[in-house]
Amino acid sequence: MTVAPKREDYDVVVIGAGPAGLAAAATSAEAGLSTLLLDENIGPGGQVFRAIASTPVTERNQLGADYWVGADLVQALRASNAEVIHRATVWSLDRNLEIAVSVGGASAFVKAKRVILATGALERPFPIPGWTLPGVMTAGAAQTMLKSSALVPDRRTVIAGQGPLLWLLAAQILRLGGRIDRILDTTERGNYFAALPHAFAFLASPYFRKGLSMMREVKAKVQVVSGVTELAASGDGQLAGVSYVAGGKRETIPADLLLLHQGVVPNVNLAMAAGVDHRWDDLQLCWSPVLDASGNSSVAGIAIAGDGAGIGGASAAVVRGRIAARAAAEALAPAAAAKLPALATLRSDLAKAERGRTFLDTLFRPAPQFRIPAGDTIVCRCEEVTAKDILDAVAIGATGPNQLKAYRRTGMGPCQGRLCGLTVTELMAQARAKTPQEIGYYRLRAPVKPITLAELAAVPKSEDDIKAVVRG
Amino acid sequence: MFKRFEQDKRPPVQIFVDGIAVAARQGDTVSAALLASSCDVRRSTAVSGALRLPYCMMGVCFDCLVTIDGVGNRQGCLVPVTEGMQIEIQKGKREIGK
Repeated sequence: MTVAPKREDYDVVVIGAGPAGLAAAATSAEAGLSTLLLDENIGPGGQVFRAIASTPVTERNQLGADYWVGADLVQALRASNAEVIHRATVWSLDRNLEIAVSVGGASAFVKAKRVILATGALERPFPIPGWTLPGVMTAGAAQTMLKSSALVPDRRTVIAGQGPLLWLLAAQILRLGGRIDRILDTTERGNYFAALPHAFAFLASPYFRKGLSMMREVKAKVQVVSGVTELAASGDGQLAGVSYVAGGKRETIPADLLLLHQGVVPNVNLAMAAGVDHRWDDLQLCWSPVLDASGNSSVAGIAIAGDGAGIGGASAAVVRGRIAARAAAEALAPAAAAKLPALATLRSDLAKAERGRTFLDTLFRPAPQFRIPAGDTIVCRCEEVTAKDILDAVAIGATGPNQLKAYRRTGMGPCQGRLCGLTVTELMAQARAKTPQEIGYYRLRAPVKPITLAELAAVPKSEDDIKAVVRG
Repeated sequence: MFKRFEQDKRPPVQIFVDGIAVAARQGDTVSAALLASSCDVRRSTAVSGALRLPYCMMGVCFDCLVTIDGVGNRQGCLVPVTEGMQIEIQKGKREIGK
């Protein structure tokens, strides 16, 4: 499936084959629109349904019923006429809806009448001392290995952080016979009170019952320490220990693997590089695109669906994908759109899927000390820039993330700010007594993933292209 | 750090890590196969030479950079293993021509 796109023009190009992208591509193709789905991974599913078509963990209760929902989405897509390319890295999208995609080491360009970005979420940076040590990973990383390769931790393992994914991962590891020595819960005590007014909607959501039973399953087998207010990893070239403070008491435990998680945030790189307006979301503490009710962004023809549109979870992502595809069909083939599920139905599905989200966002809002590090803690993993380096740059005149690049190269390594951007914004905002919105974010540009110069040089060129740059 | 689940019945795939044969499974990514092996697969960074292992396993962090079949700076977490694949653990920067 790693071949170049069959055509140069499509009605709809969907980027990302997670819940939103799978649903969007199937809906778009169902409406008779020529549809291309581009995805960077080996198979469909995105992160939440990772390896849904190939997982070696086949007993359904091991990964849970919520995971297997993804199989139906893949089936619907495969039954449609959508063209699907995996291991396809989109590295550029512009205002003319021209897309550059790298497949098997060669780049191709396609043009779309509509683009639906379904690039999903990534785990929020968790910049604690020692988080770059070998043996420190995200909880999502462990879950990816569990789903796609049935790998589970087998040495001294600590899971630290907060949020629904953390408990789900712990339950899955235990079901597969993996090892967890301790769970360090960093949920701030005050959050429980803050979340209380939103509890009613949460109690009525499916999250409540499922979450409770999962926590019970885990707590029966693993020691859980709650109210953790400090966290650090230590070791020399390899994780050796995790130290933490809970209830004012410091403890250090030996560990070979530390899995960190404090929620997910939209993966904004491609959307921002395309010029889509984003704003700072004070509740979810991240950048979210400015969208209308159908997911249309500030750039004509580009819609965003799924967690990339603001974190809403997998069920909401599926509905948002359908809504965005329906809007594309309405614009391009109104007669066909009329045969799709009614917009009112989709909107009520979305409201149902989003129920309880404010409660979760409030309860699992990460504490400042786990978002805004100090001293020698690394902020930018690629360029190895510490919190102190950044504060020193602010002291001598760096005003925002883009100036900071000139001072310290933050965000200029291969990850292009994905793992430092939020931290840099919040750290600079705090240092300069401004809001994150005022401080802003990195100016992102194509290529949004690194490609080689050789690949760029090999891109097909017209005579006009050559004339434009060759002298004489 | 990781072990294979006993119910995993996927066919084996042999890869080579710095010349040493390692048993992977069909469908593993390079990074997953490396983490499941008993080899020391820590790379060192281009900036300070600090040792690293994959952090995110989903194409974001670039801490899984590895040389695959002679091509440097590949994201090991996005590449599936194939029979006979030659992996080199990358120390420092990508070399010119690799």
